[in-house]
Order: sequence, then structure tokens, then C-alpha cells
Amino acid sequence: MSAGIHPLANVIAALARGVSGVRIRWAGCRPDGGQRIFFANHTSHLDFVVLWSALPREVRARTRPVAAQDYWEKGVRAYLARRVFRAVLVHRGGTAHAGGKAEEFADARTVIDRLAEALGEEESLIFFPEGSRGTGETIAPFRSGLYHLARRRPDVELVPVCIENLGRVLPKGEVLPVPLICLLTFGAPMRIEETEDKRSFLERARAAVTGLRRKGQS
Amino acid sequence: MSAGWPGYRALQVAAAGWIPQIKDPQLAYLFGGVLGVLIFASVTGAILAKTAKGDAARATIDNLNARTRAWWKMCAIFALTLLIGRIGSLILFALMSLLALREYITLMPTRRADHRTLIWSFFFITPLQYYLIGIRWYGLFAIMIPVFAFLFIPTRIALTGDTEHFLERAAKIQFGIMVCLYSLSYAPALLMLKIPGFEGRDARLLFYLVLVAQMSDVLKYVWGKLIGKHKIVPQVSPNKTWEGFCGGVLTATALGAALWWITPFTPLEAAGISLVIALLGAAGGLVMSAIKRDADVKDFGAMIEGHGGILDRIDSLCFAAPIFFHVVRYCFVP
Repeated sequence: MSAGIHPLANVIAALARGVSGVRIRWAGCRPDGGQRIFFANHTSHLDFVVLWSALPREVRARTRPVAAQDYWEKGVRAYLARRVFRAVLVHRGGTAHAGGKAEEFADARTVIDRLAEALGEEESLIFFPEGSRGTGETIAPFRSGLYHLARRRPDVELVPVCIENLGRVLPKGEVLPVPLICLLTFGAPMRIEETEDKRSFLERARAAVTGLRRKGQS
Repeated sequence: MSAGWPGYRALQVAAAGWIPQIKDPQLAYLFGGVLGVLIFASVTGAILAKTAKGDAARATIDNLNARTRAWWKMCAIFALTLLIGRIGSLILFALMSLLALREYITLMPTRRADHRTLIWSFFFITPLQYYLIGIRWYGLFAIMIPVFAFLFIPTRIALTGDTEHFLERAAKIQFGIMVCLYSLSYAPALLMLKIPGFEGRDARLLFYLVLVAQMSDVLKYVWGKLIGKHKIVPQVSPNKTWEGFCGGVLTATALGAALWWITPFTPLEAAGISLVIALLGAAGGLVMSAIKRDADVKDFGAMIEGHGGILDRIDSLCFAAPIFFHVVRYCFVP
């Protein structure tokens, strides 16, 4: 399967890992597994690259990041996103207002359709449910995309991932990274309950990420 | 290949310039000795692993053997860079500074506004410090960080307008640069000392400092494990005992004295200087332990198997190097 990885993707992943000196903890599951949606807190542009590079090679070949269309649709970024990392580009906030006005509702539906389609039979996704990058200190409330996707594909494991320190390596608006050590913690897979409503599911998912934080421990 | 081949002479000159230490046979004996100690440690570790009983003993032995494996790698890297010569040592120590600084800053609660200051520290101040050693500009090497960087860092942070915990942030970055960069850079700076009658053999001084500092760590550890009882400062580190400290310092001093013949010192001078290295090594270990305790971590990193991070391994060297340098410079350089 590794033939499916763009060579540049491996180079960028190796660089990102070097700069971020990332330490990886598989706290709640094994690195190899079936179809998964990795959902993580979002603190830096490097997030998905570092998360992706932390996966075993054969998992990497069938894992696609979900990225914001408005940021990644032009020029070099578009090439990187589409060709190199095979990103699934979606409208940011397209999933945020599901249940709102009619056209937004339709928009959200298409986003979820595209993500479900991208999952297919064997692909996994990297997903940042906060929607945009935070400060790294607090985790923003999750948008509803994760809930709708989980409802659509209840067979796919949802794996919470906590990314620490990467926001300090390359904060919002900065170009040069400071090579600090980041910590990536993979938690125990979760699934959506039959009767669970949107709010409590999103709360539970966010708590799963927050609970993996190891501030102050090595 | 015949000696008449046009590139041969140039290659020979280049090799002699880059690998001057090969001409120093005593350095080869020393590496032979280190090799012997490593083989001894590996064999002892293997025997202990077979005979160890109980989970606690087994865990200790496993850690010991992991440490020995890491020592093999570290010695190989150090030997290689020393053979390459000044450039090799400078690059090695510059990289160690960067990695140590990274481990240190990772634990410090710097804020987003400190980003640019950190960029300057990692990518400008660090290379500049080692460049100054490279061009042997002692005057600027000695004051660049304690004077210029010291004033630059709070200024750069103030320019961002973020005043929350201002002094704390500036001081933490200054301390990190002083220990991980400035103090450590004194080790390769030994290569710019010109000691009469010791020309061309300055790599031995660096070897001597690193050997005595690291062996004093190892010996403190061994003595502590064997007969350690009375803790020195249990609030800081439960593993540091008076028995380990005294045994380690004394045996490291004896070792340093026994190696006087590779240095420009007399046996008595070598003993005194080794005592200073061992005592400062203990001070470095203690201070860095206090920082780790404050940050609530056991190790600075996980880069070196069994040891923790780079900074866990070189804390003693960071404290010993500047004092060793200045003692040697004051007493032996006219």
C-alpha cells in the first residue's frame, strides 16, 4: 500500500517529525487497526503532517487529512493538499450550522457526504473538529461535523488524539518553527451511542481529547 | 593508487588538516581504554541480567544495560567527532546545545509572544557562539551571551507588548541559554587555548574534561546503588546520596589524577582539577534535578535510552566546563 504515498509526503513528514521532535504515546489503542477517524485538537499548521507521520507506514498510505478549502485551495498549498497528502478539502464551517437555514443545511450535507465517500471501504481520516486553530492552551468546543460523520458511519472507530506543544512550535501567524518537543497521545477508540444526542456526543468527544493531556509530565 | 596521481597530494593535505588527532597516538590509547571499560560494563551487565532475581533488581539491571548500550553510541559519536578535529567537535557541541535548549524550553511555560525571541536564540545566538569559537575570538566569545544576549532577550520580549509574567519569561530563557549554550560551549572552547608545550594536543583536554565529568556521574551512580543510604536533598532528588557523592567524587578525582600524563598538569594538579570537575558535576546534577522537580518531570527528554534526555546526560558537563576552562586558562596559559 505504501506505493500510494507521494514521495514528497514522506520527506515533509520526516522534516516535521525532526523539527517537532515528536514523542508518540499509544495510550488507548494499537497503531495498526481498521478504518478510523482520528480527531484531534488543532493548534498549528503542522498538526496534520505530524499526526499523519506518527502513523505506521501502511496506515499512512490509507489515511487522508480533512482540511479547510479556503486555506488550501490555491497554488503550492493546493498541490501539497491535493496531490501530496491526498487531503479531503471541505468548506470550513460547512458542517457547523447543520440544522440551521435551508441552504446551510444542504451545504453541511454535501460536506458529510464527501467525507463519508472519502472514507469508503478502507480509508481513514484525520479530522480537527474545532474547525480552526486555537491557542493550544484551551480546546474550543467541537463543531457538529464529527457527530454527523459518526452517525453516518457508525462502523468506523473514532480515535481521540491530543497534540501538545505543537502550537508553540509554529503558532498562528508565524513562519519559522521553533524546534520544541511535542507530545502526541492516541486515546482509546470510541463510538457513538444509539441514543446519544449531538451535544452530549460532542462533549464526550472533546472530553476524550482533553483527558489525554499530560501537561507537566514527561 | 600511485603517489603521482594529481589529486593524491591534495587529498593527503586535506586529510591531515581535517584529521589532525590521528597523529596523536596517546589519544588512541585513551580510546582503547574507554573501549575496555565499555566491554567490561557490557559483560558485567550480561552476567547480572542472568543472575538478577526479583522485579526491582531486574528493572535496575535492565536500566543499567540500556545505559551501557547508550554509552557505546555516545562514545562512538564523541570519538568520531574528536577524530574529525575542531570542526567536528564544534558541530557536535552546537547540536548538543540546540537539543538541550529544546528540551529545556519545552518544559518552560513560554508564551506565544516569546516565539521570535526563541527563534533568535536557536537560530542566531547558538550558531554565532560556536562560530566565535571557530574563529578563536575569545574576547567576544566570553561576553556575547552574558552581555549582549542578556540585554537583547528582555528587549525583544518587551517589543511584543506582552507583559504577563514578563521577568519570569525573560529570566527563564536567559537561564536556558546560559546553561545549555554558553556553559556547554566552554567544552569545545578548550580547543582554542594555547598552552605552551601542549600544541596540537588540545583535543586531549576536551577528552579529559568529558571523561572525568561523565565518569564522576557514572561512579556516583555506581557508589549510590552499591552503598547509598543517606539522601543529600531528598526534596530535590531521591537518588542522590552522600555515599554516592563522596565515593563518586573521590574515585573520579583518583581517575583524573591517574590520567595526568595526557594533560599539561602534574599529578597533584590533575587531582585538584578533577576534584573541581567532579564537585561542579554534582552541582549541575543537583540544579537540573531541582528544575525537573519544579516542572514535575522525571527526565528532560527520552532521546538517550536509559538516561532520559540530552540535558540529563550533560548537566554535569554544563557546570564543569566553564570552570575547568577558566582554571586551565588562568593557570596554564601565559
